Amino acid sequence: MVKKIFGQCYIWLILILMYLPVLVLIAFSFTEATNVGEWTGFSFNLFPRLFQSAEIMTALANTVIIAISSSLVATILGSLGAVGAYYSKKRMRNAIDLATQIPVVNAEIVVAFSLTVMFVFIGNIINTYMFSFWTLLIGHVCLSIPFVYTSVKPKLQQMDPSLYEAALDLGASPSQALGKVVVPEIMPGVLSGFLLSITLSLDDFIVTAFTRGSGLLSGDKKIETLSTLVQAKIKKGPIPPEMRALTTVLFVIVILAVIGVTIYRNQQAKKIRVRRAF
Amino acid sequence: MADKNYIISLQGVTKSFGNNTVVDDFNLDITKGEFVTFLGPSGCGKTTTLRMIAGFETPTSGQILLNGEDITRIPPHKRPINTVFQRYALFPHLDVYDNVAFGLKLKKIPYEVTNKKGETVTKYRHYTREEIDEKVMRALKIIDLEDLENRDISTLSGGQQQRVAIARAIVNEPEILLLDEPLGALDLKMRKEMQLELKDMHKKIGITFIYVTHDQEEALTMSDTIVVMKDGVIQQVGNPIDIYNEPVNAFVANFIGESNIYNATMVGKLKVKFLNHVFDCVDDFPLNEKVDVVVRPEDVEMTVIKGKSDDSRLKGKIVTKIFKGIHYEYVLIMGKSEIVTQSTKDYELDSEVYIDVEPANIQIMKRSSTENVYPEAWIDKNNKLIIADGEFDVDITQLLKGSHVDDDLYLIGADGKKYDLDDADVIASIDFTDVQIVDGHDKGNVNGTVVETIYKGDHYAVLVRTAEEEDYILATDDTWNEGDLVSVIVEPSKIRLTLKGDLNKYEVQ
Amino acid sequence: MKSNKVKRFFTLQRKYLCIPYIVFFILFIFAPILIIVFYAITNEVYDAATNTTHIVLSGQPFINFFTDPSKINVLFVSLFIATITTLICLLIGFPLAFFLADKQVNKNAVLVTLFVAPMWINFVLRTGATRDLLTWFGINGGTHPYLATIIGMVQNYLPFVILPLYTTMTKLDKSQIEAARDLGANPTQVFFKNIIPQAVPGIVSACLMTFMPTMSSYVISDVLSEGKITLFGNYIELEFTNKAWNDGSFMALIMLLFIAVAMFISQKFGKDDEKEAGTSW
Repeated sequence: MVKKIFGQCYIWLILILMYLPVLVLIAFSFTEATNVGEWTGFSFNLFPRLFQSAEIMTALANTVIIAISSSLVATILGSLGAVGAYYSKKRMRNAIDLATQIPVVNAEIVVAFSLTVMFVFIGNIINTYMFSFWTLLIGHVCLSIPFVYTSVKPKLQQMDPSLYEAALDLGASPSQALGKVVVPEIMPGVLSGFLLSITLSLDDFIVTAFTRGSGLLSGDKKIETLSTLVQAKIKKGPIPPEMRALTTVLFVIVILAVIGVTIYRNQQAKKIRVRRAF
Repeated sequence: MADKNYIISLQGVTKSFGNNTVVDDFNLDITKGEFVTFLGPSGCGKTTTLRMIAGFETPTSGQILLNGEDITRIPPHKRPINTVFQRYALFPHLDVYDNVAFGLKLKKIPYEVTNKKGETVTKYRHYTREEIDEKVMRALKIIDLEDLENRDISTLSGGQQQRVAIARAIVNEPEILLLDEPLGALDLKMRKEMQLELKDMHKKIGITFIYVTHDQEEALTMSDTIVVMKDGVIQQVGNPIDIYNEPVNAFVANFIGESNIYNATMVGKLKVKFLNHVFDCVDDFPLNEKVDVVVRPEDVEMTVIKGKSDDSRLKGKIVTKIFKGIHYEYVLIMGKSEIVTQSTKDYELDSEVYIDVEPANIQIMKRSSTENVYPEAWIDKNNKLIIADGEFDVDITQLLKGSHVDDDLYLIGADGKKYDLDDADVIASIDFTDVQIVDGHDKGNVNGTVVETIYKGDHYAVLVRTAEEEDYILATDDTWNEGDLVSVIVEPSKIRLTLKGDLNKYEVQ
Repeated sequence: MKSNKVKRFFTLQRKYLCIPYIVFFILFIFAPILIIVFYAITNEVYDAATNTTHIVLSGQPFINFFTDPSKINVLFVSLFIATITTLICLLIGFPLAFFLADKQVNKNAVLVTLFVAPMWINFVLRTGATRDLLTWFGINGGTHPYLATIIGMVQNYLPFVILPLYTTMTKLDKSQIEAARDLGANPTQVFFKNIIPQAVPGIVSACLMTFMPTMSSYVISDVLSEGKITLFGNYIELEFTNKAWNDGSFMALIMLLFIAVAMFISQKFGKDDEKEAGTSW
């Protein structure tokens, strides 16, 4: 009993400490003061200001476009890689597995720096400025591709290897067997790989800062994502008031997502329980 | 070329993975509508053969003919053959209906239309929804699962999944249905039920079934023809009754049913001696030939000895008695040997009985070998005998009478001639009784695994296989289990050598 | 003998699916690393006679690094901050994961999700929030750079410690713990002689997931110490802005060596664990 109370207190204490900065920011998103810690009266004004800020909205849109496009590329390449590796000879498979571990443990700064140095190197050779949306996309794919591979791989290992043969046996051509049987089997892994890629891309600063060029909604200027924009702002001073409102919005979205996932999981669990009852 | 009456013919089919030959020169013709079972222990090549028929493997050499046409290199999805897999391999993301309909939805059926020019051309179309519906329902009816069409695969029991797997295969109306140990995952009771049901289904549908199992009882219950396999080689092909009553060798006899197997010698015309007793028999073998004899437990007749015993008859004493439901099983000993018998009659433990076997119930089999022979052996520079991965000390002086080995390991003849036997090819032979094995690896000349043991009444014949697939057969009183890791030991004096070619070519000047 | 000795005929087509993946890896993971290595062992030499620069094999980046006290200092400061951060994260995270995995204390898995959820709010924004809060409390980067940086690091990397530890804890063999108790071990002994050894894979992967990123982090130290603390990551960035490719590459190479060691350790210990943690995000 003592252990239970102590344990729960501990969990909630840490949880509060972890959320404290964000919660404070959220609290101060309802006042227009420049600095956190000064309360100048309750106000919703920061929210319209947030949505009117072209700078922030452009950055948000850029961030979302990059996250989705890079995750799609990473998911396709990573899933194909996992499937191909699974059907390769053992030595090849082990080599690919090991290679996949390198970017997982590699420091983001090294990934960013080495890619950038390479782009500069190639740019010098062909006499062009390489940096654009495409270099940024490659950078983000580098970040997430190994995680797609590692989430698809266990699904393949859990799959009954004779499923593919069964499909062939029933008249499916090798590509039909792959599409109708193997792909649905690994789909959960592919999806979680995609979500993971989105998360990594949304959160990234270093690779973005290094590999970005001009393009997307930023036009001729360097592509600004949420991370780079916030970084540029807070280097000079406190978090701009509109961004406090942004934090509130993001927080609400995250909480809704957590609630959604929980409800979905509970329903899945219930479904399984009902089935077992048969 | 091929007889059109055979739906499928395997001609000289061989399959090797690297150096390992899994199926060796497999020849078999199967008639339409037959229920054929490939029976053998695991690793005998039965599943590989099935996979070659299905098209998942391509034979290293040989041909597979379907209705007289060569299908050896046709991929599986183009063969009119369907498979029921060992662990069913149902698609977990589809429900029962969609699993069964999987093949139908993919199938393209030809139909003929007359075009503008008035010619008949063949076009292809998919089945319509209604056609698929009808076929799926019919298949589900055959397997008795009509009501479960919308159920998820994960909610089905093992037996139900098994039926869905069968429905999924037969709904495509294949010419041949392949079943790869389909009942292996079921419990005993369920298995027995499914055996009968499968047999029934075979009769109803009328297509050819090729069934793979390691369970001899399953094979006997269901098959029209049994193909017994061992180490990739067909041992015997026949109907269940012939296989049971007239096994061609000790392996088949031991694998099918329970049996007493003995080493025996022909001592006269239609007379065979084993258990220290001469029996009349019906198989004609040359005089003095060493043979194997099989007597089924239910064929042994026992009579309780009353009064003074008749010494001319074979007698035994009951030492074990087990009630088996319909009958009793007894173990009798006579001298060093024992015999297993079955009888519905109740005999007292420890009673002395006469033992009789009808001549027709004594199955005499040609013994495949009487000693271990290694034709590919050679001598190395240290005068050791090399048999594949085994290295043996050996007495090489036996190759030349009166010779000896000098300090430099040369063989010196009585006439003073000097021979260097390094790299000499020899044929080595070792009697079964001269091979010894001890538990564990690296304690003898070569490491191996026990792959087969046959009880021969008073001793065991044990087959030990090494990593390089060399076999050592030994006769021993000890019991060993299949899978035991052992070391083989042979005393140098027990190895007989024959030099390949003339000794003179090894002479050192 | 069925599944692996299979179908040479069909594998030919399926295994080719990984070619794009391999090509991507060669072009964008390995090639950049090779270029880094190339830059780290070469130097540009200006030839006044012809007014051109040549690339020559050179130990100059090596010498530049090890003779520059400020760079050596960066290395030690990075190691120091990474060690302290990892230790604090473990001290907080281990009991936390233990309680989270204990069915008596925590019945719903939602709490675990809550610990990971902050990762969904932009990381730079979170770092800014931490700084603003600390400034409000009077711990600003100008006056307490180390304290502020370490608080920020712990704040950011704690979820990376909790996840792998939680995964290990849920898989603890309960019967082993009961057996230990049955054999007379008191709770402290059970904890040190049974629970900790069982959790080693999780601890190893938690350490790796904190130590390496801390050493090479850029934003956190930059923002929270207001530029007063320079970590390895910051310095590489500095070399990059100065276009000092060779010196920057040499530092990246040192970082890569650390990573190789980390990879070796993770291959040896809790390899599976790290993966599961990766997929359960």
